[in-house]
Amino acid sequence: MSRIGKIARRTFLIGSAAVVGGVAFGVYAVRTPHSNPLKEDLAKGAATFNPWVLIDAEKITLITPHADIGQGVVSSQAALIAEELDLELDQFEVSFGKPSSAYYNGAFAEEGAPFMATDQSISAEAVRSVLGGVLKLVAMQGTGGSTTIPDTFVKLRAAGASARETLKLAAAQKFDVPIGQLKTKAGKVILPDGREIAYTELAEIASALDPVQNVPLRDPSQWRLIGKNMQRIDVVGKSTGTLNFGIDVNIPGMLHAAICVNPRQGGKMVSFDAKDVSNMRGVKKIVEVTNGVAVIADNSWRAMRAVEAVDCVWGPAPYPAEQIDHWETLTRSFNADVLDATWRDDGDAAAALAKGTVINTEYRSPYVAHAPLEPLNATVLVTDDQIEVWTGHQFQTMLTDQVAAVTGHRSDQVVFYNQYSGGSFGHRLEFDFVKQAVEIANQMRGIPIKLTYSREEDFAHDFPRHIAMGRAKGTVSNGQVNTIDLEIAAPSVLASQGSRSGLAFPGPDMQLANGAWNNPYAIPNYRVRAYRAPELAPSSSWRSVGAPAGGFFFDTALDELIHAAGADPLMERIRLTRHKVSRQVLEAVGDMSNWGAPLAKGSGKGVAFVESFGVPAAEVVQVSVVDGAIRLDHVWVACDVGTVVDPVNFENLVQGGVVFGLGHAINCEITYADGMAEQSNYHAHEGMRLYQCPPIEVRGLENGNKIRGIGEPTVPPAAPALGNAIFAATGKRLREMPFNKFIDFV
Amino acid sequence: MKLTANGTEKEIDVEPDMPLLWVLRDELGLTGTKYGCGIAQCGACTVLVDGQAVRSCQVVAADVDGAEITTIEGLGTPSALHAVQAAWIEHQVAQCGYCQSGQIMAAAAFLDITPNPTDQDIDLAMSANLCRCGTYPRIRAAIHTAAAKLREA
Repeated sequence: MSRIGKIARRTFLIGSAAVVGGVAFGVYAVRTPHSNPLKEDLAKGAATFNPWVLIDAEKITLITPHADIGQGVVSSQAALIAEELDLELDQFEVSFGKPSSAYYNGAFAEEGAPFMATDQSISAEAVRSVLGGVLKLVAMQGTGGSTTIPDTFVKLRAAGASARETLKLAAAQKFDVPIGQLKTKAGKVILPDGREIAYTELAEIASALDPVQNVPLRDPSQWRLIGKNMQRIDVVGKSTGTLNFGIDVNIPGMLHAAICVNPRQGGKMVSFDAKDVSNMRGVKKIVEVTNGVAVIADNSWRAMRAVEAVDCVWGPAPYPAEQIDHWETLTRSFNADVLDATWRDDGDAAAALAKGTVINTEYRSPYVAHAPLEPLNATVLVTDDQIEVWTGHQFQTMLTDQVAAVTGHRSDQVVFYNQYSGGSFGHRLEFDFVKQAVEIANQMRGIPIKLTYSREEDFAHDFPRHIAMGRAKGTVSNGQVNTIDLEIAAPSVLASQGSRSGLAFPGPDMQLANGAWNNPYAIPNYRVRAYRAPELAPSSSWRSVGAPAGGFFFDTALDELIHAAGADPLMERIRLTRHKVSRQVLEAVGDMSNWGAPLAKGSGKGVAFVESFGVPAAEVVQVSVVDGAIRLDHVWVACDVGTVVDPVNFENLVQGGVVFGLGHAINCEITYADGMAEQSNYHAHEGMRLYQCPPIEVRGLENGNKIRGIGEPTVPPAAPALGNAIFAATGKRLREMPFNKFIDFV
Repeated sequence: MKLTANGTEKEIDVEPDMPLLWVLRDELGLTGTKYGCGIAQCGACTVLVDGQAVRSCQVVAADVDGAEITTIEGLGTPSALHAVQAAWIEHQVAQCGYCQSGQIMAAAAFLDITPNPTDQDIDLAMSANLCRCGTYPRIRAAIHTAAAKLREA
């Protein structure tokens, strides 16, 4: 990496306003492309045109470097290349490739720049552009923030187009025909006389050519794949048990490890006693790791059973031991000394509130675990001059540095093979589980070691979504909302993550108030302030990060104000929305849900709108009271991502986001007692189950002028829409998640 | 002890209290069956023992001596899909896909005894299988499709 890249990397700029430093790096460095990692071990006769396309005489391989944690981006990345390369979806193999600066994620600039997504002014776009340049220099490969589609939508089509034109050039040379008379279709170049030449036959000639650059991209009217339902590349494997996840990796000679680390996150291990363990069947070795102990055995279960038998003495937690003290810390944090930022200050909220407030409310969002169904795992082989790592991870290039630092190897001695992940929801942005596997394997050099967390270990070390508290005031007049003043106090999730990854996030943490300050409402007095509480239990980005808390607080408070004004919840939101694309989303969800139609007694509809990751998303939830408990009857969702790449996968992800948002709002929280998470498995942190899941109707609008990702944005509106519906049905206002602490569900 | 896995007889030498889940995954290499919770809360490890759907994390090796086990790999293959697998592909149910082996095994066993299920039947039968990605609307639809296909057959 360039020196300038290292400097930029040390002070990572996402989430801060400090991006103006980027201009100092100059235009030249920003425009110079990263080198193609596929050239490093390219076989003779194989052609690579760019970091994403590799063709030899036998087969076509497309590199899909973004991590697939369930969102289907192996398929969508491949489809973007195939669209321009004229391939059918069954004509190539896919590979995650190896970590490389060439795969840096430029779309983090959209989320990192401190402007509302609806702000496309020259100054906002200029900062995004500079930040995009900085990101290229930082050259961090990463998957998160719903950025895969925005990051790849142009560059992967361009990669496909460049490869296609170079293959045509190869055919033109081989058959001595003008390139303008050549066509391509289904993996073949078609000559003027109708002969069809497979791309694989042209690989050797193409390998000697300079790739054709700056090929114009096809007009959307010519798209064969984009915008139409596609069959996901992984769907057959995932329906037949034949697709391997990280946990299924099997390397010849491999042994299995299980681990037990101080459940007081970050606390030390004082001592351990494993005297009864070493003679248990299959046990090979007992090793110490940071803050804990691991057992290596000849299968996973023997390792897990053995590590349970180790008697460990744990040190105290480096944060308050009891949950009540976490909340107390937030309660004390609403003060000017720790004001992190005033994110929005339209009008004069203070003056408006001088005459009194119609609400004076407090909201809470608890710690929540990611708990992906595939327990964390990593397989590692350490030798004197190399470390091989097989796991599913979202920060590919940083992972190699983190791994190397454990053993003292160099980063370029780390070979990382990314794997399909059985979910993540953010947990696979963390490095601890991989570093632990490296610590263990480093004590067993030459033998591949697969570390598998037990579910209990996974819950104990989940780095949950951070807790947050909100306080709202407001005014209404003439049936309209006049003032909303929201204060949020929370620890910084970015600072917590940064303390483990080594990244510094200067400036205020945008996630503290995300989903609250950035909504496109023209409320005359609209103020949102965020206070940074001290770090508590270590936390990590949880699907949609700050927006599930910020969106819940803001939209619930807005709903309370709308009711206080005597206005209609949907009509008042529409009236207040000055951003056309967002208004269309609200109008669509009203239309879909037949808003305003009479409902049976005991039923109610609630609407919520939250913008996150650049996506305006509106949801209507309908509930009924059945035998004193809440039943979810129906959900309608409308959101706008600019362009829908694959409608069937889009619908699945939207529905999944709604289920994720609703399920956790209903019944999930992590609480601490004696410094340890009290919830150890799914019985105590369940999420939604099938019988609770209502029909979820989805409409994807395409009015926005930028393409956006949909992995996260439908999570934040779900909780407030449900809470607002429960209020409509029962008159009971829920201001704290999980809701089942206050009301029963069917 | 002996068991038959997907039609092939296997001799295994394990502790009698080793869960079938780990016998399948680590001893027999049948990794289509997944570990999710270990306490019968998620259903990712669902397999058929003598045709009955069970949570393989709760069945120990001693219980399956001589039994016939069917895992996701034995239900159908990419070139010879079971009707439930075909429906799962048609509806593109999977997101991360980690729970889907268990969902499919549970659905196949359920449709064997309930060939014409209502939504309520599906709710009762399938709610012990957890999907963290939230593919439930598609699971419901795919079960109806598979049921119709199986009734025709």
